Amino acid sequence: MGKILEINGPLVKLELPQTVLGEQVRVGHMGLVGEVIGRDGDTALAQLYEDTAGLRPGEEAEGLGWPLSVELGPGLLGAIFDGVQRPLQAVRDKSGDRIARGVAVPSLPRDRAWHFVPEPALCCGSALAGGHILGYVQETESIQHRILTPPLIHGELIELAPVGDYKLDDVIGRVKLADGRIEKLHLFHRWPVRTTRPYRQRDHAVAPLITGQRILDTFYPLLKGGKAAIPGPFGAGKTMLQQQIARWCNAEIVIYVGCGERGNELTDVLEFMPELKDPHTGRPLMERTLLVANTSNMPVVAREASIYVGITLAEYFRDQGYDVVMVADSTSRWAEALREVAGRLGQMPVEEGYPAYLGSRLAAFYERAGRVETFSGDHGSVTLIGAVSPPGGDFSEPVTSHTKEIIQTFWALSKELADARHYPAVDWLDSFSGYVGSAAKWWAENVDPGWESARAEALDLLAASEELQRIVNLVGVEALSSEQRWTLEAAGLIKEGLLQQSATDEVDSFASPEKQFALLAALLEIFRQGMKLVKLGAPARRLLQMPLLAQARRWKSQHASADIAALKAKIAAIPDAFEQLLQEYELTAAASARGGS
Amino acid sequence: MKNIEFRTATSAQGGLVVMGGVPGVAAGSRVQLRDHAGRVRSGLVIRAADDAVLVEVFEGTDELDLERTWVRFLDEPFKLPVSRDILGRVFNGSGLPRDGRPPIISADRRDVNGEPLNPAARAYPREFIQTGISAIDGMNSLTRGQKLPIFSGGGLPHNRVAAQIVRQSKLLGEEASEFVVVFAAFGASHADARFFQESFEESGVLNKVVMFLNLADEPVIERLLTPRAALTAAEYLAFDLDYHVLVVMTDMTAYAEALREVAVLRGDVPARKGYPGYLYSDLAEIYERAGRIKNRRGSITLIPVLSMPSDDITHPIPDLTGYITEGQIVLGRELANQGVYPPVTVLPSLSRLMKDGIGKNFTREDHPHVASQLFASYAKALEVRGLAAIIGAEELSDADRRTLAFADAFERDFIGQGEDEDRSVHETLSIAWDLLSMLPPETLIRVSEEELAKYHKGQAK
Ligand SMILES: Nc1ncnc2c1ncn2[C@@H]1O[C@H](COP(=O)(O)OP(=O)(O)OP(=O)(O)O)[C@@H](O)[C@H]1O
Ligand SMILES: [Mg+2]
Repeated sequence: MGKILEINGPLVKLELPQTVLGEQVRVGHMGLVGEVIGRDGDTALAQLYEDTAGLRPGEEAEGLGWPLSVELGPGLLGAIFDGVQRPLQAVRDKSGDRIARGVAVPSLPRDRAWHFVPEPALCCGSALAGGHILGYVQETESIQHRILTPPLIHGELIELAPVGDYKLDDVIGRVKLADGRIEKLHLFHRWPVRTTRPYRQRDHAVAPLITGQRILDTFYPLLKGGKAAIPGPFGAGKTMLQQQIARWCNAEIVIYVGCGERGNELTDVLEFMPELKDPHTGRPLMERTLLVANTSNMPVVAREASIYVGITLAEYFRDQGYDVVMVADSTSRWAEALREVAGRLGQMPVEEGYPAYLGSRLAAFYERAGRVETFSGDHGSVTLIGAVSPPGGDFSEPVTSHTKEIIQTFWALSKELADARHYPAVDWLDSFSGYVGSAAKWWAENVDPGWESARAEALDLLAASEELQRIVNLVGVEALSSEQRWTLEAAGLIKEGLLQQSATDEVDSFASPEKQFALLAALLEIFRQGMKLVKLGAPARRLLQMPLLAQARRWKSQHASADIAALKAKIAAIPDAFEQLLQEYELTAAASARGGS
Repeated sequence: MKNIEFRTATSAQGGLVVMGGVPGVAAGSRVQLRDHAGRVRSGLVIRAADDAVLVEVFEGTDELDLERTWVRFLDEPFKLPVSRDILGRVFNGSGLPRDGRPPIISADRRDVNGEPLNPAARAYPREFIQTGISAIDGMNSLTRGQKLPIFSGGGLPHNRVAAQIVRQSKLLGEEASEFVVVFAAFGASHADARFFQESFEESGVLNKVVMFLNLADEPVIERLLTPRAALTAAEYLAFDLDYHVLVVMTDMTAYAEALREVAVLRGDVPARKGYPGYLYSDLAEIYERAGRIKNRRGSITLIPVLSMPSDDITHPIPDLTGYITEGQIVLGRELANQGVYPPVTVLPSLSRLMKDGIGKNFTREDHPHVASQLFASYAKALEVRGLAAIIGAEELSDADRRTLAFADAFERDFIGQGEDEDRSVHETLSIAWDLLSMLPPETLIRVSEEELAKYHKGQAK
């Protein structure tokens, strides 16, 4: 038993010999929990996950003997946890609307029984290793929880429970380890959050994560097992985009980490998720979702931990063979929490107060994403999508610039687009994706072989229009040739008819890959038809009067993904809209050709 | 311990006092200092060890004589006594009366720091509040339980706008009587404080207002306490007495500057512009106290006012605020100079909760689309205005000229309105359609074809 020597904000100095860095401590009469972050002889420095007001020097302190760990087992899905995995619903039942300090509630419910079906291939004497599947619990209608042997265990199974209902604390099996010790197995196990969970080997990411958002899927794709960042100033739409991904993406498990952001945003997720149906399985989205919340008014120390809690939960489902997406909103708040700890430890700040190891910590965190082969021979993945909140919207600040080096897909949000309410405000010039090649293969096989070239054509058009816009801003639109004006118009059509996609539009909130491609192909077809006319000598002015241009901008909201046939019919009719003009100008072109000869 | 006076101050500087040899003092505990002249000041323990205790003194440490300073540790955090009687009262920044009336006597005393609301206990704000101001109701509407700051600058009429919001706010189809106001001013001038007091008086709501005032010439450190005391009162009114509380706080910049002052004294590592790295979390502790709670009737809607140093929205104070609040109403100098009141610059303004509080079941079905269209058309029009400034208005095409006329009319008739003009949301929408009707219907793609047919005046029905 040790004691408190000094309290300074979230930091307490303890007399606690023989502790190790990272060890959990319980401190004072309220039993506040924290972790050791420094040691000097017999004194240890610990930071507490809760407010320290009311603690006094001289109160007791004890080391708990383990690092910050999470409980992994049935009962995770649909839950909301705080930054150190306390279940917030249960905390509410116990301490009311406000989070009282020192409330101790187990992370997973102990009183609930789960129907367990043992893995048929296992029997007594089977060789068992960490990550092997022991059996199954149908946790929600859509998700089967695969009960895993805790990592690092190697031995011989000597007993496995038969089919039946078990609680978390019930022993469901025993294994004899190499050294002869017997280890009991439960429906759950613990894992330290700062340690990557082991897997058999890394795999190539192959399939795109379909989010239903055109600017993402069609233009800057992300793969299952990939890493992406969404930087943007306040109000640009980071949270909305992450929520859209959490709603519509084709992952099997979604982990939503609210790290230092608003309480209402989590309430929002908690309210809409149970009501919405997974477009891929038809089941309520909440069945595949779990939330980790350390809102901005909750203690900062737990904020630093929350990201690791989230990623460990993600790895656990990956190890069961699932494709998991974790969205973290916002990694900047995590970095700031790191900065605070570093500051209190008196570590030398290098840029904007951040410690020198900011970049390596960020890289190590994102490195936990990936697609792997699990110990049971399945494939699972963790896709990581982090929001970044740069001060003043300046992308050259440390967190954004380090992140940019690490990730493969960069969805840059622009203040100008957001101000004009062009959502998602993903900047089509500043964003990038290193996964286009792999995605192209998937699109070619599953949607249309023309995807890659259509995507490139649209991006070229957008880039060209940016140039033209600069000219227009200097000398006015009248200075442009008809060809240039048409290019500008077609780019506008792409922006409004394709890139803009409101999350609040019921029809268009999610667009299937087929719808995405159909729209893209349609708008490009309009562009080409018009260009043909302009080349025949038609003035852009005539083209700009075509009602088709206003109509095509509305197609996205008129045809749901299930209703592609009607959209395709409209596309087939595009040439008809140009027919009359075409005839007219083909005639004049022919006449002038004759006249000229 | 409460009753012992210690005379062991070993040093004092800029609001901080170090006490030696007082073992077992609780962190965060309230402190009373009595100086040689018998004046009592209050403070807070910010660092506790057996051999040295660091105390932050709210009234400052000026004229403290270490040998003749007696200190008592009250062994509890800063608390505010609450009862129904706080309505109609005026307090100083630490909750003591400044209206010459007796102090609030109540057994119910609340820790001004509050406790974080469990996200699982929140109810999402969805009810539209009509402020009667078109730029807000039409394009950046406020919902009950939202935190929506006003970003302003020196010399801009943010106080008048805030007062107008307080006067006119109501829920559609509901008695205005459930509303009460908590007003907190820190670093404000006497003139500002008087302006608000008179404005509340005129609209006859004074008996429904609780004021917490820490004025510009009053102790800086007390500013750290003022918003917390005010929000403690607001929480009591909202969640114990079921009131819908509108909290107006001004000026958050003065608050953040006070925080910086103390941080420097404490020796905290600065992040940007000398502000401590924890400015974000500290502001969040304040702003996040707004909201609604499941199964409770009341609500706290928070309107902090802040002046942007040099009108710079990327300055840490507006920037971090914007990262925490649910949008912002930005006032602009350009519009103000053109004589537009309220000078709301709509493009950088935003209400994040608008999408859930307007439309079919709340205001009118076309409202979300109209708002989106106004943003798009006005953004486009500003581009044209920029172009006109370069090439001259004569060179513009007819279409561009129409767009320009739209921008002018929009600023004059939609954004601009009287200080006493209380527009219903229907009036606001009808002005919006008048303006949109200046533009060709085929350019209005954010509204539906049905809406165009129904409301666009240039379209045959
Ligand atoms: N895809 C979208 N569709 C429709 N509206 C959107 C979209 N993205 C953003 N918005 C609008 O922009 C507002 C701000 O978005 P959001 O809260 O996601 O910003 P943010 O980047 O997360 O800001 P902060 O950094 O302050 O958290 C939303 O409330 C919504 O009104
Ligand atoms: Mg956000």
